[in-house]
Amino acid sequence: MTGAPSADAGTDDRVDLRAARRRLLLDALGIMASAAGFGFVYGLSAREAGFSVIEAQAMSLFAFAGAAQFAAVGYVREGLPWLGIIVLTFFLNARHLLYAAALAPLMRPRPTAERAVAAHLLTDESFALATTHFNRVRRLDMWGYWLGAVAVTLIPWNLATFAGSVLGGRIVDPATFGLDVVFPVAMLGLAIGLIQGRRELIAAFAGGILGFAISWAVGPQIGIVAGGLLGPLVAMAAPINEPPDIDEPLVAPRFETLEPGP
Amino acid sequence: MSVELVPLALLMFAVTYPSRAIPLLTPGLERLPPRALQYLRLVGPAVLASIGLVNTLIVTADDGTRSIHVGIETVAVIIGVLVVVWRRNLFLGILAAVVLVSVARATGLSPMP
Repeated sequence: MTGAPSADAGTDDRVDLRAARRRLLLDALGIMASAAGFGFVYGLSAREAGFSVIEAQAMSLFAFAGAAQFAAVGYVREGLPWLGIIVLTFFLNARHLLYAAALAPLMRPRPTAERAVAAHLLTDESFALATTHFNRVRRLDMWGYWLGAVAVTLIPWNLATFAGSVLGGRIVDPATFGLDVVFPVAMLGLAIGLIQGRRELIAAFAGGILGFAISWAVGPQIGIVAGGLLGPLVAMAAPINEPPDIDEPLVAPRFETLEPGP
Repeated sequence: MSVELVPLALLMFAVTYPSRAIPLLTPGLERLPPRALQYLRLVGPAVLASIGLVNTLIVTADDGTRSIHVGIETVAVIIGVLVVVWRRNLFLGILAAVVLVSVARATGLSPMP
């Protein structure tokens, strides 16, 4: 059916959006626990490596990149020169280019200042939650992005960094509670949420296998980016006949931009 | 209280922010050809699967050597993913994986990582 959407359709959209936001909140709970757990371990590790509370917290606020922060703690402890730490940080975080490029067409209608702030909060977790949510609601919903970026990641990570660096070893290692498996399950589970056709399925399989193989051979920081770059190429090269609507790109002009709030 | 490493944190921000911001702030990206947009749409499942699999199976030691690790964590991730596929619920999948690993570690069936 073509033409302007009816009032009923608008109501359905609103109900769907609310349902999708509830789903996002539920998805976010486990990831929030993981961010808090490992933010705590980061704070503890930083203190043990000789960071002050302010230094540990500055890393969580300014760098805001878990893997790079953990690596930096190790590098500082080993006495690596700052130049080396900075170069390695760049390569560790290069995968964010892929995330930003994937989100850019959707976020284009938003003001530049908002996109500039959103960029700093772009992490594995916020990207995963946002893309899954946008796919679910078939539109850009910045409320969903900010939830994943701020409430699920930024705040728990920074509060836990502070707690870890202040409380030290007085609290049990989060791995005791099995929180170390949250991150891989969340990433794979959210990848599954993005699969809407055979091309996405092939991209996920190819990306996963190539990422694993290259990570094992060369290192995770290169392997993960390679998987993200090569998986889509394999999927696009695959001879697949899908209904046209499945292969239509999720681009901004097709979807309205919603203001935050219910 | 020492603040000597705060400039290092700012430099880490300086080399991380461009990766995050350049594609989001570059004008004209929304006018890419449809094939390029389709490619970008496929990046999500590919990179998340890559991160998930690498974090499940590869362990990097302090000296940088890598090894493939298969243990209770692997089983927990597989079960968690199966629960996500079955129930279409990420939280339940995470919960299943966490409960399995924490019980295995608490009962001594599996060592701490």
